[in-house]
Amino acid sequence: MTMVDHIKTRVIPDRLTTPTERILKSWEALLLLVAVGIFILNSFASPYFLNAWNLSDATFNFTEKAMIAFAMALLIIAGEIDLSVASIIALASTVMGLVMQAGFGTPVIVLAGLVTGLLCGVFNGVLVTRFNLPSIVVTIGTMSLFRGISYIVLGDGAFRGYPSEFAWFGQGYAFWVISVEMVIFALLAVIYGVVLHKTNFGRAVYAVGNNATAAMFSGIRVGRVKLTLFMLTGLMSGLAAVCLTSRLGSTRPSIASGMELEVVTMVVLGGVNILGGSGTIPGVVIAAFVMGLVTFGLGLLNVPGIVMSIFIGALLIGVIALPRLFARLKGRK
Amino acid sequence: MKKLTGLMTTVAMATGLFANAAAAEDVRIALVVKALGIGFFEAAAKGAEEAAAELGDVEIIYTGPTDTTAEGQIEVINSLIAQNVDAIAVSANDTDALVPTLKKAMQRGITVISWDSGVAEDGRQAHLNPSSNALIGNMIVKLAADHLPDGGDVAVLSATTTSTNQNIWIEEMTKVLPNYPGINVVGTVYGDDLADKSYREAQGLMQSYPDLDAIIAPTSVGIVAAAQAVADAGKIGQVNVTGLGLPSEMAGAIESGASKSFAIWNPIDLGYSAAMIAYNLATDKATAEPGATIPMGRMGDLTLDETNSGAMADPFVYDSSNIEQFKSIF
Repeated sequence: MTMVDHIKTRVIPDRLTTPTERILKSWEALLLLVAVGIFILNSFASPYFLNAWNLSDATFNFTEKAMIAFAMALLIIAGEIDLSVASIIALASTVMGLVMQAGFGTPVIVLAGLVTGLLCGVFNGVLVTRFNLPSIVVTIGTMSLFRGISYIVLGDGAFRGYPSEFAWFGQGYAFWVISVEMVIFALLAVIYGVVLHKTNFGRAVYAVGNNATAAMFSGIRVGRVKLTLFMLTGLMSGLAAVCLTSRLGSTRPSIASGMELEVVTMVVLGGVNILGGSGTIPGVVIAAFVMGLVTFGLGLLNVPGIVMSIFIGALLIGVIALPRLFARLKGRK
Repeated sequence: MKKLTGLMTTVAMATGLFANAAAAEDVRIALVVKALGIGFFEAAAKGAEEAAAELGDVEIIYTGPTDTTAEGQIEVINSLIAQNVDAIAVSANDTDALVPTLKKAMQRGITVISWDSGVAEDGRQAHLNPSSNALIGNMIVKLAADHLPDGGDVAVLSATTTSTNQNIWIEEMTKVLPNYPGINVVGTVYGDDLADKSYREAQGLMQSYPDLDAIIAPTSVGIVAAAQAVADAGKIGQVNVTGLGLPSEMAGAIESGASKSFAIWNPIDLGYSAAMIAYNLATDKATAEPGATIPMGRMGDLTLDETNSGAMADPFVYDSSNIEQFKSIF
């Protein structure tokens, strides 16, 4: 502990604010305030909002997206992006369907989904790191490729008839109103928080995102860090595919279409710099809740989806622009 | 601060009371569509509102996702379950994916029906089809026969040889053909639902059968292409194009006279009937079981088959008298 403190003070010797002050002024605090505000507004706006089961239902709006968002946050902090995540879900779900049709049980189906996700991640990662291609270009390509394979396999058909135990992942409850997906979400939040903020690997991720060349000269294997992050993102997409397929009870090639942008929105709203180098896991966790609460709250008021999109967009721009605006005003004084 | 809390509590209580009062009086029917902003569904919502006005104590909640995704519809349905609506009438983006969520809705005492685009049997209590294969098969030949009092030669321009819907409709049409004496079906060609191929096939029909009186195209792509081919060949008035089409795409052909009339479901009637069925099931005025009949107001009764689905009516006929009204809808 003293060791850590020692390093911290040496790295940033001219810190003027106390740790508490820093937390209060942080992005996460602002976002938490927004989340609490939305929660209060929602409970006044609709008589149905403050109900344990309803709130539990609402968590399904974001748990699957958040699973991917954690890995995506690390990837974006490291200066890369993966836009193929929703298509990985489609492909993983299709493979799960094929495995199911071949007569295998739940454990093999789940494993197939996870392995497919991981392999897609390896594919993206190898293209980006070995061939030095920009990740946005590679993953726009694989976005069409992965979903395209699903369309070839399924056409306008669907896989249905998953075993009943399989429904546990997306429809089951761990205890009381806490869904299995919610437990997975919470566990992942802790794991990713520890990995990013408390391990050497986490420091390496920030270093790569801030200055890849400098990181390389400091002995960090930049390529390997990036490849690992692509694999993690793929694996998380595979996990999300397991949960979503289980929740829907069927597979269609159009599954999860458009989800990649919602995941990126969640990450950016969570305070992760889209250019890389900074961001936190707690921020992404709060952003997940903010997005879930906003869509559910507006849904209870039967606000049309298009107005919801406008609201999320305004929220995103507002939360990003306001702190910079304040900083600039402060600078003028 | 105290004042503020007091004020907020009052507001909350007022909203709560208001909502409860509304809930006690009105039967709340949610009309869930594939996506908002589609003319066809906006028209269906209009029909549902018409049913609500007729019934009096009904509130229609017209909602749906922004994109035609199953996930989006599930979010919408979850929020409707949370609001404890009385009935959900859904046109589904996915036959299977909505089933777990809709089952949950039924477990919580909500009446669930599907309309237009159906949900698998265990995910709904009843399904409303806009029409039936037999009614469509009869309608397409009737449209041609109505303008040929002395009989004549007609040809069919279909989609692909493997299009399930078109094949069934043509089969049904052949069954009722004896009811239309003098109508002679000279051939069936396939435009593969491609505009250019359908156009060439229609041209071919007119060359092969110089005395052709009508082309029946039970596909929205084929009917437009055939009307264009007839107009380009200068055969307006000689060859009448009819079948199934969309008013927005067929307005020009009706205006030019290349098509005297065509048919497709009427979304207003569909929304009206869906709301009526949902109301009657939610208020226990009817039950959903094989063989049961459910009243649909001005649209008559819906008779359920062994899968608890039923057909609303004959396809609705569009001609110069009503095309103006519908061409902006869908």
